[in-house]
Amino acid sequence: MAQSNHLVIKKLSFSRNERLLFDDLDFEFERGKITAILGPSGIGKTTLLKLIGGQLPVDSGEILFNNQAIHNCSEKVRYQARQKMGMLFQSGALFNDLSVFENVAFPLREHFKLEESLLQTLVLMKLEAVGLRGAKDLKPAELSGGMARRVALARAIALDPELVMYDEPFTGQDPISMNVLLKLVKQLNSTLGITSIIVSHDVNEVLSIADNVYVLAEQSIIASGSVDDIFKQTDNALLQQFLLGKSEGPVPFHFKGASFADDLEQVNR
Amino acid sequence: MSQKKIELWVGLFVISAGLSLAILAFSVAGLSFKGEGSSYTLNASFSNIGGLKVRAPIKVGGVVVGRVEEITLDVQSYMAVVRLSMFENKGSYPETSSLSILTSGLLGEQYIGITPGFIDDDIEMLADGDTIEDTKSALVLEDLIGQFIYSLNKDD
Amino acid sequence: MITSFISHVGQTSLTFVHLIGRACLMLWLTLFGKPHRKLFPLFIQQLFQLGILSLPIILTSGLFIGMVLSFQGYYVLVDYAAEQSLGSLSALSLLRELGPVVAALLFAGRAGSSLTAEIGLMQSTEQIASMEMMAVSPYKRVLAPRLIAGIVALPLLTLLFNVMAIWGGYLIGVSWLGVDSGAYWSVMQGSVDYVPDVLNGVLKSVIFAIIITWVALYNGYYAVPTARGISLSTTKTVVISSLLALAMDFVLTALMFGA
Repeated sequence: MAQSNHLVIKKLSFSRNERLLFDDLDFEFERGKITAILGPSGIGKTTLLKLIGGQLPVDSGEILFNNQAIHNCSEKVRYQARQKMGMLFQSGALFNDLSVFENVAFPLREHFKLEESLLQTLVLMKLEAVGLRGAKDLKPAELSGGMARRVALARAIALDPELVMYDEPFTGQDPISMNVLLKLVKQLNSTLGITSIIVSHDVNEVLSIADNVYVLAEQSIIASGSVDDIFKQTDNALLQQFLLGKSEGPVPFHFKGASFADDLEQVNR
Repeated sequence: MSQKKIELWVGLFVISAGLSLAILAFSVAGLSFKGEGSSYTLNASFSNIGGLKVRAPIKVGGVVVGRVEEITLDVQSYMAVVRLSMFENKGSYPETSSLSILTSGLLGEQYIGITPGFIDDDIEMLADGDTIEDTKSALVLEDLIGQFIYSLNKDD
Repeated sequence: MITSFISHVGQTSLTFVHLIGRACLMLWLTLFGKPHRKLFPLFIQQLFQLGILSLPIILTSGLFIGMVLSFQGYYVLVDYAAEQSLGSLSALSLLRELGPVVAALLFAGRAGSSLTAEIGLMQSTEQIASMEMMAVSPYKRVLAPRLIAGIVALPLLTLLFNVMAIWGGYLIGVSWLGVDSGAYWSVMQGSVDYVPDVLNGVLKSVIFAIIITWVALYNGYYAVPTARGISLSTTKTVVISSLLALAMDFVLTALMFGA
């Protein structure tokens, strides 16, 4: 295994409510690179992040973070691993009874006994990095969606994680906030060397900053490699449909079911 | 609201609940600081205790001087044996005293009344573990009515 | 028909066993193991949320229930010329039954429902998940202080409820209906005992508090993370915890005062 792999997933299988989401998948995430995981909605991309964070148990397979298995280990090891991970949730997941400042201070207050002045400096640094130092006294309810996500990002990097996972960071953002977020993700990755995993279905935006890509469909990986590689695979119809967003192709417009004629016959009987 | 203010309110809340417990204990349940003090035990057997219950009061002239501690049946004599816990600070009684099971009011709770006996030079005072011989059983209302009807019939 | 009935019964009991297991596991993870570093200040905050904020409804209800009890008791007792026993009637029924039970029902409605809604919302907005990802155990950080505060708050509220109700009963009985004040207190003191009446009532409310807080936290933690799911869970908390408290009251009364 190459030394540069920060996170490795081997033979991962997972199903929920008797529906198979992942079937025997392998992933490798390079240290200090941005890896995008693309795929249509409802394919379990968020679930994958929760599996990496150890919030859900795997059915089979293993997930190695810094060569340390996240599953089938003690709660303590898992919590130690999580201190080195940050996750940006789709909704931001800010604590709505705490101010912006206290939200970012939360992980620091939980894990370290810091002097108040040092804590303030650290929090203000993180808020400065996402450009929201001026909003420190606001409540989450007073923030716009884009600002809430930036605050959540500041909170996710508060513990200086080695790995940050982004769950659909660009969904429902106006063009300006989207570009701000893109810039932030790129900046954090290049200046702090944070390994980043972005789960998304906003193909063009994500591919503009990603180094490597995995494309998921139907329980399996349909394409993987560097961004340039992906666009070269023109013979992969499913991939092309997803990348270009065509309504017809291997992914059918119709949901699986009995034929229309059969259904009509049933109705008229 | 600041943590200081919250602490203040919670403190007030806990203190007032504590006060409530004290009010319930002392003015509602009538618990007294003195307590019932130390006590000594007497025994007495009755042929019939009626509706006497454990913790029923023992009174002398209407003043509570003890409580019923235990009621058992002596399987040899078929007598009810009552163990009495007498308060030491309410004094002691001569061995000529008699016990009777009385009822407070017509339908009230039953209690044990002590009628203190005469005191003479050769009469000792009752001490811990002694047994009172002179006992009067509870009046059972049904028996009383039965006797009354019987005596009416006899007169005819 | 019969097989479908049997399979239905089997399914239901399986779901029930599953639910019990999950609820017990939640309780275990909340209470055992290393407690949160700031458990005490968090507990104080929750005692404020659950205790102080329930005070207005508990105190007013206590006052009115005591007053009504005194009224109704008086009209029955006066027929037997036993109105002096009014104090004993209201104090005994309040301390043994009405106090713990009514306070518990009000607590389920006021504090239980708000607990479920709060935790359900934290679950649906991924606040719980994000806490886990920050390596903070939501059991120790969110559930434990609330559970302990609930268990402490209800007995304290019950004591205040009882005092308020007995005072309300005194107001009506003595000041309005003219029962002799001395007789009111002395008959009450004669019939109420500290350990079996006052402390048994407190013990009851501790048990009700465990039931209500546990049910409320469970329903919040495992709420379906949608607006409708949270509102259903909130209703479920009030209904289930009230019913469980009443059923438990019957069992406790039989154990404490029966036989």
